[in-house]
Amino acid sequence: MKFRVVHYINQFYAGKGGEETADFRPDSIDGAVGPGKEFDRVFQTLGSETRVVGTVVCGDGFFGENMETARAECLKRVEAFKPDILIAGPAFNAGRYGVACGDVCATVSEKLGIPVVTAMYPENPGVEIYFKKSYIIPATDSARGMRPAIESMAKLALKLAAKEAMGTAREEGYLHRGVRRNFFKPKNGAERAVDMVLARLRGQEFTTEYEMPVFKRIPPAAPVKDLRDATIALVTSGGIVPFGNPDRIRVSSAETYGTYDISALNDLVPENYESIHGGYDRQWSNVDPDVVVPLDVMRELEREGVFKKLHPILYTTTGTGTAVSHAERFGQEIGEQLKKAGVSAAILTST
Amino acid sequence: MTREIENVAGIPVVQIATIVPIMLTVGTNRIVPGVAIPHPVGAPGLGPEGDKAKRRELLLRAFKAMTTEISEQTIFEE
Repeated sequence: MKFRVVHYINQFYAGKGGEETADFRPDSIDGAVGPGKEFDRVFQTLGSETRVVGTVVCGDGFFGENMETARAECLKRVEAFKPDILIAGPAFNAGRYGVACGDVCATVSEKLGIPVVTAMYPENPGVEIYFKKSYIIPATDSARGMRPAIESMAKLALKLAAKEAMGTAREEGYLHRGVRRNFFKPKNGAERAVDMVLARLRGQEFTTEYEMPVFKRIPPAAPVKDLRDATIALVTSGGIVPFGNPDRIRVSSAETYGTYDISALNDLVPENYESIHGGYDRQWSNVDPDVVVPLDVMRELEREGVFKKLHPILYTTTGTGTAVSHAERFGQEIGEQLKKAGVSAAILTST
Repeated sequence: MTREIENVAGIPVVQIATIVPIMLTVGTNRIVPGVAIPHPVGAPGLGPEGDKAKRRELLLRAFKAMTTEISEQTIFEE
């Protein structure tokens, strides 16, 4: 099989200079340049007549600062070579280069519908942004790992272009793309789980079928200096909503949150609010929603002057089966609104 | 959600919930352990007055948490 490959690289690997030429504008070069020559050698070793027919170059600084222009210009240049495959990088742990490689791959995949493969260090920020949109081979953090990265990229690219059956991320050696496929296993889930427990007890190796997500950490925000001057907001994932759930927030696996004006309320009672959360026993929260959103006592403390003001808006969603990505988005959007409103602190209750 | 609000708004966000290990896992910085999963800030079993007193105690603890300088994830037990 013979495929036409276009290779995307930055100014440095194209031999155009280092940081001083990071503003290098998108350009095209016929044939392979720099690491592209290694790709050609690997294709040959693999017995394929596939070759790098063209190289598209862009400075990392230019790409990062002019993303839309760079993206459009690179796409045009890639397309002009009429490729069957796009490869980008490897970018190792270069952050801007990783993002550029991921972005070019994602764009070419979407617009031209051809296989795309890049490689970078798993902690490169480009991975988190583009892992769902491009095959990414894990690379070392520096160019020391150039050769193995290129070999893995070349093999995966040929496999994709030949439309061969693609195995799992673990089998094929790319970073997972967040894709789950259904298939049958000879043993059912209970048997496999017991096998894993037994292996663990025996100190044998086993492979989990469901990897736990790794959560981010952030440094704690500075404390509120003077509580008596503070505006405090209430937020909840406990599914407390105005009676009748006007925005139809889901009882589980929520994809939205609600914002409700509580400025005229002093107490949550079954006549005005209810719990629609599908993940806990609501017998108490439906008699008194304050056991999840403590409005009554917050009003008392506000009147007593313990703090200055309760923020007029309650932010609420259901936190059961809710995707982490949605929860993070809710947090980001709510955070923006609190920042804009000059809120000093928030109390978030979860069930 | 807690972490992202804190990160974006740059303000302390105190989370009151019952399963402390989950709050530690998802990256909550200021943690106040709640009463029970279905009523984190209430104690219906203590009667109306006891329930409210419990809620007040937890909120005052949340205020303490948001006014305390911390350098790492902290559980405010009292």
